[in-house]
Amino acid sequence: MIRKVLALPLFWPCTTLALLIVLNAAANPGFLALAWRDGHLYGNLIDILNRAAPLALVAAGMTLVIAARGLDISVGAVVAIAAATGALCVSATGSLGLAIVAALAVALLCGLWNGLLVVVAGMQPIIATLILMVAGRGVAQLITSGQIITIYYAPYDFIGNGFLFGLPFAAVLAVVVIVLLHALLTTTPLGLFIRAIGINPLAARIAGVRARPITLCLYGFCGLMAGLAGLIISSNVKSADANNAGTLLELDAILAVTLGGTALTGGRFSLAGTAIGALIIQTLTATIYSLGVPPEVNLVFKAALIFVVMLLQSAEFRASIRGLATRSPDPAT
Amino acid sequence: MLLQARGIVHAYAGKRALDGVDFTLRAGEVHALMGQNGAGKSTLIKVLTGAAPLQAGQISLAGRSIRPTSTQDAQRLGISTVYQEVNLCGNLSVAENIFAGRQPLRRWTRGGGIDWRGLNQRARTLLAGLDVEVDVRRELASLPVAVQQMVAIARAIDISARVLVLDEPTSSLDSDEVEKLFSAMKRLRDSGMAILFVTHFLDQVYAVSDRITVLRNGRLVGEYPATALDHAALVAAMVGRNSSREAAIANVTPGADTRDQPPVLSTRNLARRGSVSSVNLEIRPGEILGLAGLLGSGRTEVARLLFGLDRADAGEIRVSGQPVSLGDPAQAIAHHLAFCPEERKTEGIVEDLSIRDNIVLTLQARMGLWRKLKASERIELTDRLARLLDIRAASLDVPIGELSGGNQQKCLIARALATNPRLLILDEPTRGIDVAGKQEIMNQLTQLAAQGMALLFISAEVEELLRVATRIVVMRDRRQAGSLPGGSTEEQVYALIAAPAEAVQAGAP
Repeated sequence: MIRKVLALPLFWPCTTLALLIVLNAAANPGFLALAWRDGHLYGNLIDILNRAAPLALVAAGMTLVIAARGLDISVGAVVAIAAATGALCVSATGSLGLAIVAALAVALLCGLWNGLLVVVAGMQPIIATLILMVAGRGVAQLITSGQIITIYYAPYDFIGNGFLFGLPFAAVLAVVVIVLLHALLTTTPLGLFIRAIGINPLAARIAGVRARPITLCLYGFCGLMAGLAGLIISSNVKSADANNAGTLLELDAILAVTLGGTALTGGRFSLAGTAIGALIIQTLTATIYSLGVPPEVNLVFKAALIFVVMLLQSAEFRASIRGLATRSPDPAT
Repeated sequence: MLLQARGIVHAYAGKRALDGVDFTLRAGEVHALMGQNGAGKSTLIKVLTGAAPLQAGQISLAGRSIRPTSTQDAQRLGISTVYQEVNLCGNLSVAENIFAGRQPLRRWTRGGGIDWRGLNQRARTLLAGLDVEVDVRRELASLPVAVQQMVAIARAIDISARVLVLDEPTSSLDSDEVEKLFSAMKRLRDSGMAILFVTHFLDQVYAVSDRITVLRNGRLVGEYPATALDHAALVAAMVGRNSSREAAIANVTPGADTRDQPPVLSTRNLARRGSVSSVNLEIRPGEILGLAGLLGSGRTEVARLLFGLDRADAGEIRVSGQPVSLGDPAQAIAHHLAFCPEERKTEGIVEDLSIRDNIVLTLQARMGLWRKLKASERIELTDRLARLLDIRAASLDVPIGELSGGNQQKCLIARALATNPRLLILDEPTRGIDVAGKQEIMNQLTQLAAQGMALLFISAEVEELLRVATRIVVMRDRRQAGSLPGGSTEEQVYALIAAPAEAVQAGAP
């Protein structure tokens, strides 16, 4: 029974998240408190859920790209482009709908561009998306004319700061998107195709799987998710900053994917795992604040925590620990 | 007695792959290990070479009890293995591959680092000992598989030279290369090494082995001197039935005469630059068209064109009389063609997916992105095909990579059959599969043809082609050299494979 539970793919990500929450609760007794005010739910946990939403969305897109043997390191730049487009559009036209459509369309185009480079031009994914990672910031600056665009249009605020059913809208959005995506992958053969492409692209193609169009779409989808994250982030801070929106988000997204148990070599993937991975990363950030770590050692502390988390998740490491533990009582043998 | 194993037991998921097997290997002998797919050959080798743990039984090497925990461990003890698929680094040079991880170093007084001259010199000497002439500084991947195999052997014997295990070393070699390998094996044997040799080619067993051990269903059938066991007796020992079945199978009736039916597929002057030129084929329902030719004659290239893996740049392909454009396997599948590729591992199976997922993959792909087989349909279909093709597995939900080669091949045929194709193209479907497995597969193919399916059967083994094909087309130098009716003799086919077309067609009946 215990062995069965231990073998569940989500056991270690869930355990890690639970440990982090316990650590927080120990350092800050009010951490787990939830309060109901003005028809909304408030609390540290809700805050984590809300702030993890953009990362979870980007990481969901990244999961599928990685599952099909790809990688997209341009998502941070695409977040900036989408944020800039949305901000510019809403400032110029005052239409929320138009701003959303424009931001998502531009992000989708960015993703498809990446996909074209990989699928048609046959470039290595990391190099293909590196182009947009570097150039994308420039594109975003062009859109904002090098300024930080401040958004004064109140309805735009709802995306990043609004509440739905008492919960933060962004979190609800992320959950809905991930649940829908999961349903799509399990009720259609798409999940099977993605795994087949990730494990053996050539065999998948010979078996009749349309590997190229599918891969192209996955990059497009990954861009779209970055666009959604860009809208949330720009709405959250009521501005679009071409230089700083979504910086290093690509690395956090890859980390979230890895923490969730998706193989970076392609094939095996878990959307639920990725969502938990995003929560782990956001909880880590919260931990740093609740432990009162001084800002100057913030990054070092975060790195150390991530290191511990990764060790905990490594099957090899756990096996060697177990080996030590079972050997130590009887050193004679 | 150099290597001795007693009462070896090994079980996968509760199923015994080896059940109390004894095995003895003497110094200075070549010992063939024979058995059908799933008889336990691979498992025994894995246990002996440390790739699988010893679950029960004893192994002793030169009288000392051993328990290898990994292949490296076995190598330290003196047991080296060369696997069927060469697992060296293609991007390193020949010499680097031989000495990877144990390069000779220069003294620090001479600048330190790797002693390249010494390294290359030693590699040259070593390969010369195996009668291989090659520039040891060349990148390994640029050399023929046969040479790569010799490099793997050179590496193995240089590391430790008491027991050498060769797991199907000849399956990708042509006959000259096999000769070379055998003379190297004999030389090593004469120098006192013990060689354990696994192959599916019966002739090769007799060409080189001193002794034969036969396994069946995870049990030892017996150990025989090669001179005391003739062909028929060997097959009988492997199959476990008497030779009446042999005879019955040898007389598989070629498919019916279907000359009056319209062809499922026909090509006119089909060509692709650098691939093949001017291919004219006609395949009718119920017909098994054999495609013969030497390695590199264009056999596989024809299959690639017909299945849309390569795009033809001249000529036309008609499916059921309609001209079609095939630029992707998905298009070929939509036209009810199916294909079992030659390279099972790299082009066929999707290793980490379950057997069921592998079987339904093509059918699902043809059903499009949105429609998924119902769980019950999926199970019913895969169960039925597994039964039909006699796929042997502990469960159909285990990854396909865990199956033996013959069973993997059956899964690929099942994948093709799941789409109910009108034409099934098989490229070397029996390669690397034992005698009984081959016969099973060929029986299946004949039955499919009898039910009206058209088959294109590509094989390097002429005897096999003659047994099932209604007609044989021969490829030579990337052209169609001619065709022969079913029931031709091996000599006629060989003549066409080797000689100019005109000369033979004149002599053909």
